[in-house]
Amino acid sequence: MSGPAPAARPAGVPANALSRYALRLGDLPLILGQRLGEWVGHAPVLEEDLGLANLALDLIGQARLLLSYAGEVEGEGRTEDDLAFLRDPGEYLNPTLVEQPNGDFGETIVRQVLVDAFQLPLYEGLMGSADKHIAAIAAKAVKETRYHLRYSSSWMVRLGDGTPESHARVQGSLNRLWRYTVEFFEEDDLDRDMAARGVAPRLANVRAAWLTSIDEILAEATLARPGEVPYSWFGKRGEHSEHLGYILSDLQYLQRAHPGARW
Amino acid sequence: MTAPIDATSGAAVSREWPLYEVFIRARGGLDHKHVGSLHATDARMAIEHARDLYTRREEGVSIWVVRSSDIAASDPQDADALFEPARDKIYRHPTFYEIPDEVKTL
Repeated sequence: MSGPAPAARPAGVPANALSRYALRLGDLPLILGQRLGEWVGHAPVLEEDLGLANLALDLIGQARLLLSYAGEVEGEGRTEDDLAFLRDPGEYLNPTLVEQPNGDFGETIVRQVLVDAFQLPLYEGLMGSADKHIAAIAAKAVKETRYHLRYSSSWMVRLGDGTPESHARVQGSLNRLWRYTVEFFEEDDLDRDMAARGVAPRLANVRAAWLTSIDEILAEATLARPGEVPYSWFGKRGEHSEHLGYILSDLQYLQRAHPGARW
Repeated sequence: MTAPIDATSGAAVSREWPLYEVFIRARGGLDHKHVGSLHATDARMAIEHARDLYTRREEGVSIWVVRSSDIAASDPQDADALFEPARDKIYRHPTFYEIPDEVKTL
């Protein structure tokens, strides 16, 4: 793969910060794609098996582009595979929500809605990024994400506004997973720096769009939005729940056991 | 396995989702062609499944779905009555015209 022209990068942005930001963007779809892949062969019906696998493939594709770019910006010769397979848990910067176990099909759908509704305004904002390479990746990913949200929200409505059993189960999942959404919008120094340099959108704007679309979906699904919780998780800083280690042992097994193995 | 019984109506409930027939338009200007069928709970889900099952390799630009049970079909038993009377009417094929020499591209 040929690298992007250096001119695509905005002047004056430190390579280590930009690389870390690209990792943060890319680790979300990497880990979520890996999680969704666990459904293959296990979904309730064949059609949903393919639906979830399609989502997973889109996400892994986004992760490949973003991790490749993170490696190029870093400038130490690390490839997308090095970054995907050979980091330790504390170096992954995905939000904690996407590493949570799949649970039942309804819980997977709730997690997906919460993430899709976040990724959509995030990518829309990134399409205007001062970093032209990130803008181009976002322009591709935004079309995929629109479909993801359409898919996940239609299931959320079907289950929420379905039977008493399905309603109770997705409401329970929503209550369990809601706490993990807080970190999406908690700006840290890296978020502020990237926004100030025009690389990233302001997270406050992303949150406003996220909340609007979540409230619309919940209303149609007859579900109640859970209250705010005081404690936040910070997977995006590398502080993960216990679940990440288990995913990584699956994800990394082949490369750790057979370094450099290729198809 | 016996089908579960609906609590209010007492009728047997099918665990199978309804079957939908899928039609794909490959390109603008072409007809929608029947490509297969799938199970879904409603039309919107059927379109999403059709997108995932039948347009993975850019096969289409438009999708129609219709409940299989909504299609009225001719009975194969009636084939003689329906189709045989056309067999001896060869004059319905446009093969009896002299084509003028001036017409090159017919």
